[in-house]
Amino acid sequence: MRSGNIFLRRNEVVFLVLLAALLLVVFPMALDSFRLNLVGKYLTYAFVALGLVLCWGNAGILSLGQGIFFGLGGYCMAMFLKLESSSPEATAIQSTPGIPDFMDWNQITELPFFWQPFHSLALTVVAILVVPAAFAWIIGVAMFKRRVGGVYFAIITQAIAAILTILIIGQQGYTGGINGITDLRTLKGWDIRTDFAKEVLYFVTVALLLGCLLAAQFVRRSKYGRILVAIRDKEDRVRFSGYDVSNFKIFIFCFASVLAAVGGAMFTLQVGFMSPSFVGIVPSIEMVIYCAVGGRLSLFGAVYGTLFVNYAKTIFSESFPELWLFAMGALFIGVVMAFPNGLAGLWQVHVQPLFDRWAASRAGARPIAPPAAAAAERRT
Amino acid sequence: MFEGYTLAELGSIFAMQGFAGLILFSVFVLMALGLAIIFGQMGVINMAHGEFLILGAYITYFTSNFFLNYIPALFSAYFFVAMALAFVGAGALGMLVEWAMIRHLYRRPLDTLLATWGLSLILQQFYRSVFGAREVGVELPEWLIGSLPVTDIIEVPINGLFVMALTLMITTAVGVLMYRSRWGKQVRAVMQNRVMAGAVGIDTEKVDRYTFGIGCGIAGVAGSAFTMVGSTGPTSGQLYIVDTFLVVVFGGAQSLLGTIASAFVISQAQSTMEFFLSGSMAKVLTLLTVVGILMLRPQGLFVLKVRR
Repeated sequence: MRSGNIFLRRNEVVFLVLLAALLLVVFPMALDSFRLNLVGKYLTYAFVALGLVLCWGNAGILSLGQGIFFGLGGYCMAMFLKLESSSPEATAIQSTPGIPDFMDWNQITELPFFWQPFHSLALTVVAILVVPAAFAWIIGVAMFKRRVGGVYFAIITQAIAAILTILIIGQQGYTGGINGITDLRTLKGWDIRTDFAKEVLYFVTVALLLGCLLAAQFVRRSKYGRILVAIRDKEDRVRFSGYDVSNFKIFIFCFASVLAAVGGAMFTLQVGFMSPSFVGIVPSIEMVIYCAVGGRLSLFGAVYGTLFVNYAKTIFSESFPELWLFAMGALFIGVVMAFPNGLAGLWQVHVQPLFDRWAASRAGARPIAPPAAAAAERRT
Repeated sequence: MFEGYTLAELGSIFAMQGFAGLILFSVFVLMALGLAIIFGQMGVINMAHGEFLILGAYITYFTSNFFLNYIPALFSAYFFVAMALAFVGAGALGMLVEWAMIRHLYRRPLDTLLATWGLSLILQQFYRSVFGAREVGVELPEWLIGSLPVTDIIEVPINGLFVMALTLMITTAVGVLMYRSRWGKQVRAVMQNRVMAGAVGIDTEKVDRYTFGIGCGIAGVAGSAFTMVGSTGPTSGQLYIVDTFLVVVFGGAQSLLGTIASAFVISQAQSTMEFFLSGSMAKVLTLLTVVGILMLRPQGLFVLKVRR
């Protein structure tokens, strides 16, 4: 086994290759383009789940407002696409050509100032990264410097998600209201609605996801990541050791928010619209359950958990719509009570030891670690 | 935003909106009282609190139908029976939930949040499957219909007055129970130091179960009162849950007095602003202010001084 300063351990390289093979080879070959697009949509939630593993699993900060950042990223992208699809020629029938249709319906005659930067793709990309990070920074500074944590942080982020949803729905003229920003067509003249475009976007999503996974893994394995775990387990001791605990928390919260925003932007591109129903309390909590089902301590688990829950959701809501909420509720309760470390925890406790024993017997040595020790990172 | 109104008109508007705010205040207090006991005293985040409220509302609905169909002579008094049934029903469910779920999670408050959210989804779907997705409203007995004129602009609806009187009664009862009874003393002792309370002979498990049950029971009564001012559907409970949590947190989780004060401030602010701005903007401003103040005073308005 390599030492800790290499940020991917040997078995994690194997996991990464397996995940990449599954997403890049198996799914595209096995699924038709509709299903593949669906998987691509699920994967955008996996970005949020990755952020939650860092934020919640590693640092012990449960944010119930990740939908905020998913939405901010998604809206930034949607605003750019909307402006492109509402060129003066395309909207000639409106009373004010050249502005998005919902503004026209709401008697707004001029593009609001905060829409102006979204004429440029470069600025949009910057906005997707900076706007959520800045927002998270403000929340983080206000909360963590005042040592608001745990339950209170969760409730306040939830309230902020509620505020943002109400605001988006209330300000129809500027945001498209409850319908959101719809009818998105092209990205720099490239039609995003064709099957081919959706396939390309799927691969872009997968590539970004794997990149984000590596980045998150790097953060976790660094000295910084170890301090985060220390903060989660005994915040006061870390503080007394001379660290400014709040800055560490603010950083990881911002990092998670950027991950969520990237997911949101890719979501908008693949699905073709963005609406407040992806911002509010319910989607935010669902995102937490993706992470919890996969395992709050495992980045790979988060991806698989997201895929699993969303797949189950699709299956259930297609065949037994009335059973879905029961199943989802049971999943929440089951995960929390029976296996708090999720799928990854089950893997580590039950499956991993078998592999280890097999590997050890091939190497001609006796098993070194008893099965229980494989469940190394138990939650305290 | 005050232009175009004379002083007298402004006065009436404030009085009228203030009264509407008082009804909202009553609903908040009733919901928040149960939550303040469960969250403030026990540290359990009960996201299914709204669903317990809805359970009370459905029980009230069925009681009123039962009275209407079988003993119409006593219809004017159905509400008191319904309220008792709602308390018992929601309380019993609460105790069952505590036994099956919550007691395993006392050391993990954030996990109670997820588990009770799951419970709330299950209850919502249960209501939808059993009672239908449609919203239901109860028929009010005659003595609750109508309004009292105070001046020529201001009118006071009687059901609103009744809900307020009810709130006052329940709040007083809870206050006496928590601060004047032996049982309340035990609850507060267990919440402040579980180990020590157990060491001096308090049956902490029993106290936990009854505390949770009573918190849920009060939510049931709140639901019962809620039917007087609004209709009930499977998902109505969720509309209030964030507001209620903010009320409890804003007031200072462990202080019942704080809960009442913050419910008053929030409901009045929202109701007054609603007249001048749109409803959604009023809500945004109110919630933003609350969040802002919470950032300055993370422990809430009223802090109970406890050695940690």
